[in-house]
Amino acid sequence: MARVVNQPGLGKGFRLAACLGAMALLAIPSMPVVAGVDLPKLEHAKGDKCVDEGGYIRRHHPELLKHHRDETMRKGIRTTKYSLKKCVECHAGSKTGSVAASKEDFCIACHSYAGVKLDCWDCHATKPGKRPSHQAAQPAVPSLMPSNGGSQ
Amino acid sequence: MSESMNSKLEDRRDFLKASALVAGVAVGPGVLFYGIAHSRSPEEGASSKQRWGMLIDTTKCAVGCNDCVTACNTENGLSGKTGEQDSQWIRKLNIKHLQTGVEHNLPMLCQHCENPPCVDVCPTGASMKRADGIVLVDRHICIGCRYCMMACPYKARSFVHEPLTEQNPEVPRGKGCVESCTFCVQRVDRDETPACVEACTASGHQAMLFGDLNNPESDIAKAMKTVATTEVRADLGLNTGVRYQGI
Repeated sequence: MARVVNQPGLGKGFRLAACLGAMALLAIPSMPVVAGVDLPKLEHAKGDKCVDEGGYIRRHHPELLKHHRDETMRKGIRTTKYSLKKCVECHAGSKTGSVAASKEDFCIACHSYAGVKLDCWDCHATKPGKRPSHQAAQPAVPSLMPSNGGSQ
Repeated sequence: MSESMNSKLEDRRDFLKASALVAGVAVGPGVLFYGIAHSRSPEEGASSKQRWGMLIDTTKCAVGCNDCVTACNTENGLSGKTGEQDSQWIRKLNIKHLQTGVEHNLPMLCQHCENPPCVDVCPTGASMKRADGIVLVDRHICIGCRYCMMACPYKARSFVHEPLTEQNPEVPRGKGCVESCTFCVQRVDRDETPACVEACTASGHQAMLFGDLNNPESDIAKAMKTVATTEVRADLGLNTGVRYQGI
């Protein structure tokens, strides 16, 4: 790279562009250092594979769940592919048995990393179903989710 | 006739016998056909061909029996408390005619009106009626304004005042939303009856009957054809899905 820059006869513009290019190249490997936070480590879920390709689910799960909730709630369509209950069944953590009881649990791990508040668990059960539970819903001890956006 | 021909004929005979047997089973009790026709696949939504309803025989409803209420609490994860701020989806009432002194005992719950006032007044569309006549609250868009509670002539709705945990996975509930009887929609979609009806039948009182009002072959439609039934506050013209007999 340096040899190219030093070659006589090349225009100033080219040299500038080459410098910028070099800076960009240097900048790429340093990005995770700047962020300074490791990606969340997720526990392996039950079962062989997710209902869809992982990247697609990661990007689109809010829309998928929202669409499914309206279909189920308003029209009575009870398919299981994108059902929240089914997510919980596979992704409940082995320690807590829940998707949202501790910071290591599936939903909270990513959502606390991304600083995105989710209020699904204000109403929905975070543990896989035993129906009908003979224990009535109890008034909650302090909420698990941060009350406003930030990390916990 | 060769041996192979004989065995073929035997096979054919067996096949005919077997198919006659299958046909007999299928046609014999008409109930089976009815059952098959009415169970729907998960992809199929609620249909307006059906209208779910309930018939409550107050003469069979026992004084002091609370089984329907307990079953409702268990199924839907309610605390069972009856304070001003506690959720009650079904309540046992005792009513007395002041002139004659005659008393009636009955469960009161969401009447699943055809023209529900709660749906009329809801500013967000959270209060809704499903195609099969079940009136529900979509908690995803309920803002907790409680207009529907004021509009309901039956005092059937409750508001959740405190955060909750340990909900039943099939019955999400939470703080800040209005809620009421859902006819145990999660059970109805599995072709089961509501928990209260099941408990009433199990207790031997058989005061509650649940079924499709639009199907002339259903027990409830047949019963409503033969006995006098009453709508509570019929003057409001709501065409309730829950009817009473004996009051």
